[in-house]
Amino acid sequence: MLTKMIPEIGHFALVIALLMAFFQAVMPLAGAATRRPLWMAFARPMAAGQFLFVVFAYLCLTASYMLDDFSVANVANNSNSMLPWYYKFSAVWGNHEGSVLLWSLMLAGWTFAVSRFSRNLPEDMVSRVLGVMGMVSTGFLLFVLVTSNPFARLLPSVPQDGADLNPLLQDFGLIIHPPMLYMGYVGFSVVFAFAIAALLGGRLDAAWTRWARPWTNIAWAFLTVGIALGSWWAYYELGWGGWWFWDPVENASLLPWLAGTALLHSLAVTEKRGSFKSWTVLLAILTFSLSLLGTFLVRSGVLTSVHAFANDPSRGLFILALLGITVGLSLLVFALRAPRVGHVVPFSWMSRDALLLINNILLVIVTVTVLLGTVYPLLLDALGLGKISVGPPYFNTLFVPLTVILCVFMGLGPSSRWKRMSARELFRRLSLAGLAALVIGILAPLVVGGEWNLWVSLGLVAALWIVLPMVRDLFDKIRQAGSPSAGLRRLSLAYWGMVLGHLGVAVTIIGVAVVSNYTVERNVRLAPGDSVEVAGYTFTMNDLRSRRGPNYLADTAFIEVSRDGSSRSFTMVPEKRLYIARGMPMTQVALRPGLFRDLYVAMGEDLGDGAWAMRIQFKPFVRWLWLGALLMAAGGILAVVDRRYRLKRQPQTSQQAPSTREVPA
Amino acid sequence: MTPKRKQRLFVILGLVSLAAIAVGLTLYALRANINLFFSPIQIAAGEAPIERQIRAGGMVKEGSVSRNPDSLDVEFVITDFVEELDVHYSGILPDLFREGQGVVVVGKLSESGHFRADQVLAKHDENYMPSEVAEALEAAGYSPSDYADKYTGMKVEGAD
Repeated sequence: MLTKMIPEIGHFALVIALLMAFFQAVMPLAGAATRRPLWMAFARPMAAGQFLFVVFAYLCLTASYMLDDFSVANVANNSNSMLPWYYKFSAVWGNHEGSVLLWSLMLAGWTFAVSRFSRNLPEDMVSRVLGVMGMVSTGFLLFVLVTSNPFARLLPSVPQDGADLNPLLQDFGLIIHPPMLYMGYVGFSVVFAFAIAALLGGRLDAAWTRWARPWTNIAWAFLTVGIALGSWWAYYELGWGGWWFWDPVENASLLPWLAGTALLHSLAVTEKRGSFKSWTVLLAILTFSLSLLGTFLVRSGVLTSVHAFANDPSRGLFILALLGITVGLSLLVFALRAPRVGHVVPFSWMSRDALLLINNILLVIVTVTVLLGTVYPLLLDALGLGKISVGPPYFNTLFVPLTVILCVFMGLGPSSRWKRMSARELFRRLSLAGLAALVIGILAPLVVGGEWNLWVSLGLVAALWIVLPMVRDLFDKIRQAGSPSAGLRRLSLAYWGMVLGHLGVAVTIIGVAVVSNYTVERNVRLAPGDSVEVAGYTFTMNDLRSRRGPNYLADTAFIEVSRDGSSRSFTMVPEKRLYIARGMPMTQVALRPGLFRDLYVAMGEDLGDGAWAMRIQFKPFVRWLWLGALLMAAGGILAVVDRRYRLKRQPQTSQQAPSTREVPA
Repeated sequence: MTPKRKQRLFVILGLVSLAAIAVGLTLYALRANINLFFSPIQIAAGEAPIERQIRAGGMVKEGSVSRNPDSLDVEFVITDFVEELDVHYSGILPDLFREGQGVVVVGKLSESGHFRADQVLAKHDENYMPSEVAEALEAAGYSPSDYADKYTGMKVEGAD
């Protein structure tokens, strides 16, 4: 009996969560404004309660999936009794309603985490931060309940079986890609809340940045991994061998990442030097707004893609309104309050401050160009000015040169000093590394590839220009300390985080440059017994069989691959599946991964007479793309573990200039 | 105006003009790289440019797909049920490419009215109808709900 009521219980829990989120928003904010400790004390318990009830609602939905309760519309549309249990588990977020619920769950989780790890923060700050997050949460829970109820029933005509999960989403990549991405998106709400709280409280000091930085780093790291997973998923699941399509949905995740990257660096300046305060706050607002915009683009159905589950205009309108209110309100607060927090700290144009400023400007320019290319077609369409699409050439012509310029400054940054340094000193530190980067980068394609390639050289020079000065800087630091062990011990984890992050960028750039220019692709017709040679490997189709999977039928090819001049061979097994419930065909790619090259075989179509069209690709260095992203994320996490974020903050808080709006204890 | 304000004015003017240049350049890049969409009706009426990258879309006409047995060359016809467009493509068609399905093709229109596609897009879902195609069909006098009937109707014709 109770199991039959699970959806209603979940729905009810969600309503309670909404009420709690509302109180979490209103009471602490009002309390902080009127200096009432009792009202402010609402923040933490409400955050905990909201988290508890959203988790409970989420578990209820998961239970409905696991129990195959097809009377729930969401389950009936996205699951099937034949679906393996782990896909039932991930199917919860493989649809619009569930994914918005996951969004709310993540937000509640981040809120709860902030309420737990903010013991050292002044009470009014905590109240404001949790209050702002409560407002966002209220908006999203309202969105779930009003427009996208995941617990809606299909009564009285309950379907016999579900329509099944989209086969493209029946995959390990999908189990982890959305949660990672959402952790990133939603994680930026923390720094956003911190920024608004700082504006409201009129206090933005070094201590503030020290609170905000770890949260930003973690969110950024999650987003980085989420984007990389999405790219990896597209690579092996879509069967084209592409890893980035400049699809609006991909751009939607790249936009907050770019702004978030700028924010990370701007926060560094604000912490070390106390400058760029208003700018940092503005970036925090921008980053979270772009996260919301991404959610809007993906969830509203204005884009048609695998991500756009729903085409219900009221939902799009609701998110658009939510986006408008959030951006509008926060910019209003910024306009009213920013003059109070910002003040000018002088710095020379030859300094790390200035270099980071340039980094920020460049990243914002990149963000704007990507934004323009993504939104322009939508705007034209909305205004009735015709249907256009902006292709990869646009993004490549703008993104590549801007990234190269960015790399120039990335090379300079870590070797420079704060506040002021002489150009001669910078030149002395970097000339050798620069020369080495140029020589190796230009010669390497000639020596290894046998033919010179401008783009590969450009990529290699940029990557080496990032890495070599860091290596030199590392040696310098160790040498100054006397012995290597003493030198290594003196370097902070934050420093290593920076090194790792930049190294990751270099690795990704090498991957992009090499795989974009040296990929060999051949589309061929293969029948059993035929063989074809691609990039020094011989592919022979030995056999073609049919088999039956748990919820699909498959044609399976067995392809023997041997490297020319080598007697060893291995078998690659691509498949063409037909998912029964939806009658939807799917390509299952066969991959032979390696650090320096992937072999990629995908079945195209049945050409009759036992012959199949096959897409065979040799993709050098493709793994470096995602390896680099993982390194970046690891760098972001490593910096969080740094000692200074774990120290008790009391000494700093006592040093702060008392602010006019501080609440008497 | 105080000197300080004057200085500030210059800074702001400088920033605004820089931004204007940046936006201008970006829009220029956009102009060169956008692909306009044309329906078979528009192409038949001669509205589409020749030998420029464009997108076209419609339903794949039932029984129109013919394949060269020795290579990956394939020809098919897309239609909005009023006009038709011959498409040539060499390569592997996407999983969800089927006769009677809405597709978008990216490529160039030749002098003779044939379309050479570099890319054939049929999307991720069996229910999916490219929005351009849906609107092109509507413009041709078919509501989106019609194409299911149209599709099954064509199937029956094809079976005869």
